[in-house]
Amino acid sequence: MVKVIKTGLYDTVQDVGRLGFQEYGVPISGVMDSYSAALGNSILGNNDNAAVIECVVSGPQLQFIQDTMICITGADMSATINTSVIKNNTVVAINSGDTLKFGKLNYGCRAYISVLGGFQTEEKMRSRSMYGGVTSAYKLVKGDILPILDIKKPTERTFSTIKVNNKHFDTKDLDAFTGPEFDKLDTSLQKTLFNTDFTISKDSNRMAYQFNEPFDNALEPIITSLVLPGTVQLTPSGQLMVLMRDCQTTGGYPRILQLTESSINSLSQMFFSNKIRFKRLK
Amino acid sequence: MDFELTYRRFSERSILVEWPTEITENILDDVLIFKNHLLNSRVKSIVQVNNAYSSILIIYKFTIDNVYGEILMLKTSYSDRVSKTKRALKHWRIPVCYDNDFGLDLVEISENKKLSKLEIIKLHSEAIYIVFFVGFLPGFLYLGGLDKRLYFPRKKSPRLHIEKGAVAIGGQQTGVYPNLSPGGWNIIGNSPIHFFDPNKREPCFAKSGDKIQFIPIDRSQYDEIQDKIDNGSYQIESEVFYG
Repeated sequence: MVKVIKTGLYDTVQDVGRLGFQEYGVPISGVMDSYSAALGNSILGNNDNAAVIECVVSGPQLQFIQDTMICITGADMSATINTSVIKNNTVVAINSGDTLKFGKLNYGCRAYISVLGGFQTEEKMRSRSMYGGVTSAYKLVKGDILPILDIKKPTERTFSTIKVNNKHFDTKDLDAFTGPEFDKLDTSLQKTLFNTDFTISKDSNRMAYQFNEPFDNALEPIITSLVLPGTVQLTPSGQLMVLMRDCQTTGGYPRILQLTESSINSLSQMFFSNKIRFKRLK
Repeated sequence: MDFELTYRRFSERSILVEWPTEITENILDDVLIFKNHLLNSRVKSIVQVNNAYSSILIIYKFTIDNVYGEILMLKTSYSDRVSKTKRALKHWRIPVCYDNDFGLDLVEISENKKLSKLEIIKLHSEAIYIVFFVGFLPGFLYLGGLDKRLYFPRKKSPRLHIEKGAVAIGGQQTGVYPNLSPGGWNIIGNSPIHFFDPNKREPCFAKSGDKIQFIPIDRSQYDEIQDKIDNGSYQIESEVFYG
C-alpha cells in the first residue's frame, strides 16, 4: 500500500484510458503524456495499461507501506526518497516506510510515478483513470491509501537509466493534420495559423489547452460532431483550443486541426506562457 | 438510397466519414446502418465506431499506414451494407415532474411564448423524440423532435449548477442533464431516472436510434419512483420496436 501524506498541485491515477465507452458520452481520459507513462511502465516491466500517478508541476508526498520498485518519468521534479535524490527513468528499489517527495521543477510539466504491477485503485469501465462522475474520486487527496501488488522485488540492482529524446520536452512545433473544417478558413488565415507563435494560457488543463492570442475568423459553428483528444477547435470569438485527454466526445466548434499523438504528449509537458507553433502534416 | 459520403483521415488512427450535414432521421438511419455493418463485419483492426448526427469516426488499433487503401475498403463496405436488417430498438417512457420546484424557467418560457404552463407540458410530453447520439456529458442524449413552438434560446449566462435529472430546452433542442453540471439551457422539469450509471455494464440505457417519450408525473409519484430507484426495484417502461 501507498499512503498519500501530502498532495501536489493536481495528482490523479491514470492508465491508457477508457477507450470503447465513447458511445455513452464518456471521455477517453488516461495519461496526458502517453509516451512518458509508457516508458515508466516498460522500465518496470509492467503491462502498458498499468495505472500510474500523474502529477502536474508539483508532486505529492507518498509513503510506501510495503517493499516495491518504482520509476519516475516525464517532467523532472527533483524526486527524493528519504531525502536522497533519485533519477528519472531508472528503477528505484523501495523499502517499506520509505517516503517519496518532489521538489523544484527542472523541466516538463507532468511527472509519472509508476510502481511494480501498477496502482490497484478503483476500476470503472475497464479503466482506473480518474474522472469525476465515473470514478468516485477525481483526484488524490491527503490520507488516500492506494493499494499496490505484493510482488517480490528482484534482488539484483540496476543502475542503468534510459536516455529520453530531448525533443520530447524541447520542441515547440506541434505536428497536425488539417481538420474537417480547415478548408473553410480562407487562405490567408490558413497561412497565419502555421506562422504564428501561440502562447499557452492559464486556462489549460486535462480537458483542453487554450491560447492567449485571439484568432479572428468568420467560421460558423457546426452541427455537433465528433472530436478526439488532439482536436484543435476554433470558436467564433477567436479562441483556439486543443482538446486533451478528458475532453468531451462531441463538440460544436469547427475542427481546424488534429494533433498527432506525439504532439499531444509534448504539449502535455508544456504549461502557461510556453509558446507553440502548429506544423502542417501532409 | 446511397448518400454522397466524404472520407478523410482524422488522426493517425482514425478516419472520419461524413454524410451531408443535416439533422434528419433519414440520415441517422443510414449512419447507423453503416456503423452497425462495420461493427458486425468484425474487422480486426477497428477498435470502435462512434457516430454523431451525420458522421462516423472509425478508430483503428494502430496507425493507419495506407489511408487510401483503408478508405477504399470503407467505400466497398458502404456499398455492401445491408439496409434490410432491422435493428431492435427501444421506445422509453421517462417520467418527468414539471412542478414549479423543478421547472425553474417554466414561467419565463410561458410568458415569452404566450403558452400556458399546461400547454408547454402537453407539447413537451406528447412528442416522441429520437436519440441521435450520446455526447457532451456521460449519458447526455442528443434528442431530435422538439415541437417548434417550444424553441427557446439558451440563457445568456449559464447556471453554474444544474441539478441531476433536469429536463431542459436549449434553442431547438431538449435534453436531460445526467449529472450535476453547469449549463445554459432552460429548465422545465426533472426526471428521477439515472441517465448515466458507471456501475452498470451498459452505463446508459438508451442508444442511438432509440425513441424517448416524457411522461408527466406529480411530486408524490416522483418521490415514489425515486424511492424505488434507490432500492433497485424500479424498471423504466419500454417497448421494443424494429427500425
